[in-house]
Amino acid sequence: MRDYSLIGPDAERAVAAGLAAADWYHSDIPRKEMKALMAREDGPAIRDTLILYGAMVLFAGLGIWLWPSWWSAPFWLAYGVLYGSASDSRWHECGHGTAFRTAWMNNAVYHIASFMIVRNPVTWRWSHARHHTDTIIVGRDPEIAVMRPPAALRLLSNFFGLADAWAGWNRMILNASGRQDPEEATFIPESERQKVVTVARVWVVIYAATIGLAVWTGSILPLMVIGLPRLYGAWHHVMTGLLQHGALADNVIDHRLNSRTVYMNPVSRFIYWNMNYHIEHHMFPMVPYHRLPDLHERIKDDLPAPTRSIWAGYREMLPVLMRQLRGQDLFLKRALPATARPYREELHMAAGQPAE
Amino acid sequence: MTDWIDACATDEIDEEDVIRFDHAGRTYAIYHSPDGAFYCTDGLCTHEQVHLAEGLVMDHVIECPKHNGQFDYRTGEAKRAPVCVNLATYPTRVEGGRVQIKVS
Repeated sequence: MRDYSLIGPDAERAVAAGLAAADWYHSDIPRKEMKALMAREDGPAIRDTLILYGAMVLFAGLGIWLWPSWWSAPFWLAYGVLYGSASDSRWHECGHGTAFRTAWMNNAVYHIASFMIVRNPVTWRWSHARHHTDTIIVGRDPEIAVMRPPAALRLLSNFFGLADAWAGWNRMILNASGRQDPEEATFIPESERQKVVTVARVWVVIYAATIGLAVWTGSILPLMVIGLPRLYGAWHHVMTGLLQHGALADNVIDHRLNSRTVYMNPVSRFIYWNMNYHIEHHMFPMVPYHRLPDLHERIKDDLPAPTRSIWAGYREMLPVLMRQLRGQDLFLKRALPATARPYREELHMAAGQPAE
Repeated sequence: MTDWIDACATDEIDEEDVIRFDHAGRTYAIYHSPDGAFYCTDGLCTHEQVHLAEGLVMDHVIECPKHNGQFDYRTGEAKRAPVCVNLATYPTRVEGGRVQIKVS
């Protein structure tokens, strides 16, 4: 039985086995090419941010205008996905600081997105750094979404944000009171902890004002704009996010074996900001989202074959998760192409029983 | 007493780029800034021991390739989380087309 706690026995085992802060596999790319791929610019992210925020204003405006008619529902559904799902990828890319070249633009979008997705921007910056250091290492990675066996009820409820958003709001209240979760203390330096509290208190004020307005007007409309879309629009980021590492090997130090690249439709790629190229992102987190398709073309001969669609991803993942739920300790073994360099196969084999 | 150590030719580093230089069991990063000057820092990020020479130089900032933490490579100042601890810097000079560094 795996213990996913960051302060439990698997955390100690990972350190003892040399899986913590290990030397991960990277495909070879000449320095000049890598520099070109890493280069930052503001243009693509400014364009995408104007489209995103413009669409949010439009859809919310139409929703408010048509409220309380059911004709407003399609506009709320569209607004909800942009609020409750596109905020996940904006939080992610701007947290890495790669979306824009200009620092304040990254920070501004990062803080707005963090509020919408209900992830404290200070806490989650550190959490995500650990996720990149120890990707899907049990006991080390605080962002393992699909555990083994999967917590099925929690995963399903998250399509409506019921577990993770609720946890985010609870954590906000805890942090606003000046306290911190003991697991968070394992990856947030002491010098950063007051920032966690300050942000949580600002958020409490915003939510209190929104709830106050709803009570004063006798309508949930203010909460349809702020807060509730994190629930009714969460499904897209959960749908795409579970594919990142779901049912693949854990405790390996090769992103080709524990991450999944999935070809997706352009709308999902806009909402997800190209994080469907997930092996590429983990191997080279310096590359901005808008250059990931180029990076994919450059290194795909060294990677497992990409999954051809979201549907294909679920078709390969769900049967394995179902078998894990029945108690089998197995995973999807990624086959590297003949052109790929092999790396630490013994870890792959130790990750459990490969599914047929 | 410390001596100047020959590190590399000036044309081995493109402008706005960085290379790794190993000496006496330690690793350093040597930078060529956009205004033509050369700088030297410790080669490993202060957050987790990652070689900065694989990172990205933008103006006077080096960004770590693993977690995107940033330092001003002229002063070593940590500029962006997850880096919190400043980077050690070392004097440089150019002699006869060679970059030299002074490390204690």
